[in-house]
Amino acid sequence: SSHEYKLNFRKSKEACLSYIQDALLQKQWKRAAEFLTCYVESLEKDYSREHIGPSEMIWRIGTEILWHHSQSSMKEFNCFMEQMKTLGVKRYLKVCLEHVFHLLCNGQIDEAYQNLSLAESWRFGEQTAIQDKEMKLIEAYRGLLDYYSWSKQKNILLEHSEDGFSDLAVEQEMHSYFRKAAVNLKEIIKIPGVWDVFVKCYVDLLEFYGDHNEARQVLNEYAYNSKFPANPNAHVYLYEFLKRQGESKKSLISALKILHDIVPSHELMIDFNTMLQKSKKRKKRRLGLEVIFAALDYAGWKENAKAWSCLARQVKQIVISEKHLDWIKQEWNSRKDWWPAFHFSRYLAKRNWQENKSLSYEKALVAGILLGKDCKYFKYVSHQGCKAQLKRFRMLKKFVNRHNPVYLRISG
Amino acid sequence: RDFNERCAQCSEVNWGLTDGGRFYCRSCHNVTERTREVVNTDFITNSRVQTISKGSRQQEKNDGGCEWYICEGFQLVLKKQAEALEALGVCPQMKDEILCNFWRCYLQKSKQAYCKRPAGETVKALSVCESSTDVDSDPERPSLLHLLSLSESEGDLQTDCSFASSVSKVSESTSVYSGSVDGSLYLMKNQKEKLRMTMPMTLSFCYMALLWLREPITLSELLRFVVEGHIPYLNVFQHFPEKMKLCGLDLRIFCVESWPVYEEVFNKMHELAAFLDLPRFPDITDSCFLHPDMLCMKYLMEANLPDELHNWTCRVVKKIGIGEVDFLTLMPGNKSTRKVKYDVLAAAVIVVVLKLLFLLDDHYEWLLSEFAEERNKNNTEGGPYFEFKKWYEVVKQSLDAEQKKLDEERAKYLWRCEKPLFYSVKNKSKVLKRRQMVVNLQNQFGKLSGSVRRAEKPNPSSFQLSWSEENTDGSCFHGHSLKGVLQEKCGLLTAMNPDYWLCTVKLCNEKLCGHLAHYREVEFPQSYHFVLGLFSFLLRIQPSYIHDEVCMIEHKLFNKKLYKKLKYNTVLRK
Repeated sequence: SSHEYKLNFRKSKEACLSYIQDALLQKQWKRAAEFLTCYVESLEKDYSREHIGPSEMIWRIGTEILWHHSQSSMKEFNCFMEQMKTLGVKRYLKVCLEHVFHLLCNGQIDEAYQNLSLAESWRFGEQTAIQDKEMKLIEAYRGLLDYYSWSKQKNILLEHSEDGFSDLAVEQEMHSYFRKAAVNLKEIIKIPGVWDVFVKCYVDLLEFYGDHNEARQVLNEYAYNSKFPANPNAHVYLYEFLKRQGESKKSLISALKILHDIVPSHELMIDFNTMLQKSKKRKKRRLGLEVIFAALDYAGWKENAKAWSCLARQVKQIVISEKHLDWIKQEWNSRKDWWPAFHFSRYLAKRNWQENKSLSYEKALVAGILLGKDCKYFKYVSHQGCKAQLKRFRMLKKFVNRHNPVYLRISG
Repeated sequence: RDFNERCAQCSEVNWGLTDGGRFYCRSCHNVTERTREVVNTDFITNSRVQTISKGSRQQEKNDGGCEWYICEGFQLVLKKQAEALEALGVCPQMKDEILCNFWRCYLQKSKQAYCKRPAGETVKALSVCESSTDVDSDPERPSLLHLLSLSESEGDLQTDCSFASSVSKVSESTSVYSGSVDGSLYLMKNQKEKLRMTMPMTLSFCYMALLWLREPITLSELLRFVVEGHIPYLNVFQHFPEKMKLCGLDLRIFCVESWPVYEEVFNKMHELAAFLDLPRFPDITDSCFLHPDMLCMKYLMEANLPDELHNWTCRVVKKIGIGEVDFLTLMPGNKSTRKVKYDVLAAAVIVVVLKLLFLLDDHYEWLLSEFAEERNKNNTEGGPYFEFKKWYEVVKQSLDAEQKKLDEERAKYLWRCEKPLFYSVKNKSKVLKRRQMVVNLQNQFGKLSGSVRRAEKPNPSSFQLSWSEENTDGSCFHGHSLKGVLQEKCGLLTAMNPDYWLCTVKLCNEKLCGHLAHYREVEFPQSYHFVLGLFSFLLRIQPSYIHDEVCMIEHKLFNKKLYKKLKYNTVLRK
């Protein structure tokens, strides 16, 4: 409670806002509405010095309340948004855009489309130029909805062709949506930004109409243009496209390289490692080892049997060939202090054995090589495995015992 | 000179003409609104008080408005306030005689009316055209922009920079800067000179009149009634007649956006009393409501403290002489006597008594409470002994609840009213549009507020906290006995507590730093802070003001000891 004795308009409204904030955080919509009712008269004062003025506050708070309040209807919501559009011309397009998002969340695609079209035709002196970015977004989202319509038409067409008839009208409509969508989507992805959904849709369109060159160019730009913010998805999209196009392993590998740098724990690292391991080039194989070790640094991968099997396979291969043991040593150097507790504790040995024998098998192999046959993990799992008379565990035991000197070389 | 009516005040027919062409009665100097050409009865709001207007007065302007002067506006405000006070039970004398006489006296002394306007000062509406040329010719006159950016001490419209900027953008052709004739001039007057009238000062006038009549309303109560809406203050201009168009700089004068502060109203009242050359106010005797003995009784009840404490407050009052007529009665212009804040003083006396009996050092009072509790458990006959702990818990609970309510009310306060305000004709449509939007939004979200209806204005009540002896839960402590903390010594009842700690050893110079002491919560016991907090809630003032009075009382009470100690240069302990 504040013992403010010199109470004035500003302090009173500040206090009001903090009550609104509390109510919103606790999802007390009625209470928030109650205080907002008292706050709205701030509109009649000028707050041009403030960073966020009352009109913006009211827009944002009112939107939240109307969206969540049980007694509020979509009709009321729309009516409110229309009012907010008139409140601040500098924010007009932003309000339109957010309104559209809400309509989309509510499944009102047609209304959303109408609002977007209306907003697109808005002109207001120099504001039009100032709000250029918002306008681009509006056009882009309309393009997105056009894509959505195109997609619907495409599905209808495919159905019909399966049934044996061709539908010219549907086809023409489909093409017209394509043209409309393509124009706007192309525009937005020129601007540096994160446009995953637009890029995906645009590429989908291009691929359908066979313009693979353009698609490739778009994806390359999106992934490699330094003006664009670093975006792992860009590389994923490029990779998947190249895969679809049947590109060579070389280009696939190069597409995933940056992804590994940005997101070492990405799920595609398994594919990456698999490709790298098989490579004839030494550098690539080396990278493969690095990649799989890096992935397993992350907690999310701890129980991933596939990842462990990749690592196990590569480690085994290196040990058998007796070449490049220094690779393992290098990778292990920075991990030997914490991987044992992280992956190879006795507790985990028990748990892994109980829950997933394959996982424990792969891990035991790695543990046996890295930590030697006397390490907790290996001992427990191999013991259990032999007790259960599983052949592969017996083989495992033999293998590790045979290659124990390797451990000594690695750990030294 | 064919005006033959009898003067309303003295019934003579002895008319003269003022400079402005008005008739005035030569016998009693009562001035009428009547001019030679036109009989203008528009602004006779109070038939006993009439104002002088200078300059020729047009009957109607184009937009249905007419010329009016700032002091007429204030007169209306005072009238409304007086009516409200009358509705609250104040005697009608206040409105009809005291207040209006004070007002008339003020107008005369500040040369706004009832006098010859000093040569060289002409009143005219300030237009942009004029100001832009005048600025060159009269460098001493502050520019309009400067005027608007002046921050009023009251904080009126301080944050309203759009007004300032919209004015600066206004082109040469616009000329409506104030609806009133002298709005701009009013603001430009040197504040130091003639005690320029402001909205908070209207309350000073009211308080002065109430004090003169020794009405049972303290200043803190008056201000509380203002905040609760029982006395017009915020948006009082709504009640101005249609023809009195309020816009432009008038808004700076009449639209308040902050609540009046006790100190400010209090100090202004004293300035005013001196300015008006008022004589000694009617005596405040021990049968007056404002006498510390009476107020202490009221506050003790409200604070849910035992009635027996009243004996002690009376003793303290008597001992330090603050119950004396000469101490309590206001002598305007006398700079040597300390101005008495009756309510704060009474509260401070109670705090000192509590310190005397309970020490309030966060230990002793709880100890005493434990003894009392023991005794109450084992001995149910003969009425309960007062337990500090129980009292604390009960009062704290109520206080916290009330404080929470108050905080929410303050956050929900609505400052605007239906009557829209515009600075100039240019932004009128914008203002109206905004108003409409606000109303729409209020309706929309008001419906979503659920069953929570905005609480209607509470009935004005003198007591904010009430405790009933009929409650069987023992939450009323009025009848509790102080036996547990008292002992008999030489036939006299004294406190068991042998110690006392002074709030401050040395008082500050009030004239230099504004306070007698500087209160910081962390430096004092929690119990003390709690007690200060209780009264600061009841009086709606900062705890530090009560702390100041406590310091003052303590220094009077322990004067001898202090003097002796300081003389021998030792530090007074506890």
